Amino acid sequence: MLDNLDAVILARAQFAFTVSFHFIFPSFSIGLASYLMVLEALWLKTGQGVYANLFRYWLKIFAVVFGMGVVSGVVLSYQFGTNWSVFSTRAGPIIGPLMAYEVMTAFFLEAGFLGVMLFGMSKVGKGLHFFATCMVALGTLISATWIIAVNSWMQTPAGFAINAKDQFVPAGSWIPIIFTASFPYRLVHTVIAAYLTTAFVVGGVGAWHLLRDRTNFGARKMFSMAMWMAVIVTPIQILAGDAHGLNTLEHQPAKVLAMEGHYEPSPDGASLILFGFPSNAAAQVHYKLEVPRLGSLILKHDPDAPLPGLSDFPRDQWPPVPIVFWSFRIMVGLGFAMLAVGFWSLLARFRGRLYDWAWLHRACVALGPAGFVAVIAGWVTTEVGRQPFTVYGLLRTAESHSPLAAPAVAASLVAFVLVYFAAFGAGTYYLLRLMAKPPAPGEKEPPKVPQRAAGITPARSVGVPLTAAE
Amino acid sequence: MYSIDLTTFWAAIIGFAVMAYVVMDGFDLGIGILFPSFAVGDERDQAMNSIAPVWDGNETWLVMGGGGLLAAFPLAYAIILPATYPLMIAMLLGLVFRGVAFEFRWRDPGHRPLWDISFWLGSLVAAFAQGVTLGAILQGIHVVNDAYAGGWLDWLSPFSILTGVAVVIGYALLGATWLIWKTEGTSQRHARRAAFWLGAGTLLALGAVSAMTPFLDYDYWRRWFAMPGVLLTAQVPLLVLICAVTFFWSLKREFERLPFLMALALFLLSFIGLGISIYPYAVPRAVTIWDAAAPVESQLFMLVGACVIIPLILAYTGWAYWVFRGKVGTAGYH
Repeated sequence: MLDNLDAVILARAQFAFTVSFHFIFPSFSIGLASYLMVLEALWLKTGQGVYANLFRYWLKIFAVVFGMGVVSGVVLSYQFGTNWSVFSTRAGPIIGPLMAYEVMTAFFLEAGFLGVMLFGMSKVGKGLHFFATCMVALGTLISATWIIAVNSWMQTPAGFAINAKDQFVPAGSWIPIIFTASFPYRLVHTVIAAYLTTAFVVGGVGAWHLLRDRTNFGARKMFSMAMWMAVIVTPIQILAGDAHGLNTLEHQPAKVLAMEGHYEPSPDGASLILFGFPSNAAAQVHYKLEVPRLGSLILKHDPDAPLPGLSDFPRDQWPPVPIVFWSFRIMVGLGFAMLAVGFWSLLARFRGRLYDWAWLHRACVALGPAGFVAVIAGWVTTEVGRQPFTVYGLLRTAESHSPLAAPAVAASLVAFVLVYFAAFGAGTYYLLRLMAKPPAPGEKEPPKVPQRAAGITPARSVGVPLTAAE
Repeated sequence: MYSIDLTTFWAAIIGFAVMAYVVMDGFDLGIGILFPSFAVGDERDQAMNSIAPVWDGNETWLVMGGGGLLAAFPLAYAIILPATYPLMIAMLLGLVFRGVAFEFRWRDPGHRPLWDISFWLGSLVAAFAQGVTLGAILQGIHVVNDAYAGGWLDWLSPFSILTGVAVVIGYALLGATWLIWKTEGTSQRHARRAAFWLGAGTLLALGAVSAMTPFLDYDYWRRWFAMPGVLLTAQVPLLVLICAVTFFWSLKREFERLPFLMALALFLLSFIGLGISIYPYAVPRAVTIWDAAAPVESQLFMLVGACVIIPLILAYTGWAYWVFRGKVGTAGYH
């Protein structure tokens, strides 16, 4: 079997597997850290116990998610060297410092304050505890910024020179290296995606408990908050995605053409292919269903604008079209499903049926994991779309890998698959069990009276377990 | 001359990160290695709780070491990691099992024995792999044209196995002495007993590794024993001796902090010893730190951050340790 698989394919499979598995966790913990910060702020401001209970509820889930994110992330920081040593040697002087800054400004910040956030409520004051929560949330966002800067440089490299050792080195200022052409678009799209992913998990969990007990106050609160996020942020995300697409068309046209399935140029305006079966071998999309001119309207904001085709590019620079084509459609389809649910919830809210429209709740439970699927599909689109390069247009993937024998990489790939499914499978099971517990049953909506500025709050202290069963 | 100074300075920063990792995650991993010897129940919970709030920060120094190496010495990173491929993979997978156990063991009492095994085995494998990697680097890596040119099992030798065992014993010593500091009663008595034997084992292993290293290569021999350098290098074993005596004396007198500090001092001295053997190579006898160095622009860009941010990191990390000072209880937030 190994005869057919070379070390490069195996190394690519291993990186794709470990990075995809890893990114599931940050795409949740980035959003969840911010959500926890909001919950704790609301608790400190209003003194309402429901926020403290929700904070504690999601904090346990955060601890499990964050732990899995950390251990799967350490793997990645070493895989650049173990499996992509040529890439590391040649691109290290550029991407290395950016990642070092990620460690120094983000990882330490998150890790340093995480202990206080999880275990320190009874050891430090409320204000200091809130500060720790804010630092963890800030850390996740700083981390996203640096790693997106690295990825964006690999997609749209700028500000570099090539030295005598054939390395990419800074040409002078670091500003063009960090702020590459695709960086702002990719950063906004990724961070919003993390927020939406979290919103739909929170909404799904809230909906699940509303289906069982529509009076559960905590479930109502989290569902309502999540649906506000869905209705406000999904349209922003679709606009951000569109802008990102236009930016990609400008800087990586072959990737967009692969996403759209356009093998042939369209001089009089491109159609939008809704579905079909692309084939790189035949250089065409079989059984395609298309809307004339819509492709140019979306990509150029003009129905008659010409669009090139993949045939305008050398064959050895084509990404694998079928993967990119389908992953893009999965992402976009889920995005529109989220938009629909967002508007549905708005309708329900105006009709006063937000907490008792069972079909809305069922739809939200179904879309609970949608964010993860959309995020992974989006990353597959952009990363597979970057192929066959690691540094776009400059360094080929086939030239980037380590001098390792195929059996070594095959063995490690098998080990990663087994370990990840065992360890993170168990983690997912524990997460689902935590989510299946209703938040603070029996909690009542507080009476509509002004809060006393310095009275005894109805909330139990966050550090004290709610019931003996917990 | 300027860039030479900068490169040396970066070697010192990476060395500091690796040292910080070794001592901080060292006691975490050591507790993992000793875990099966703790009684099920309070003793295990206490041991776990003593590191639960800090392990993540401790492990981050490993990412700092790796990431810093990529950034400041990309060539060394790109040679050492493929050369020790199976060890790196084993270490990473070990750290996965170790890391997830912190949360998972509290999630279901029925599954707890399973995650306790995962915690122990993960810690053991990670520590052993790190130790073998050290041996592999010391004994030399086959480099041709700035790339690793050996097979995928070249790292395996009696010497690298010895360094692997030495690191496992040393980490366990750090873990045991940490528990003397952080626990009381039965747990503390148990830790003190373990620390005595582990202290003896660590010194034995340290002696064996030190005795074998000069025979790996004449260069190592010359560094340690040629005049006049020997006058300086001889101070290292002398200090080791002083620390060892202080360690056993403090154990006998039932001091609570001094054994841990002496274990740290032993690690620091071993690290200085390694520095004497290796410097100025990034990959011993193949690539010097100047050959492996990233361009001045890269090193300078990071230096600005490192000088400001690393002290800040040390400050808030110190604060986090301070928050969780004192003896540890059995109750977590779980």
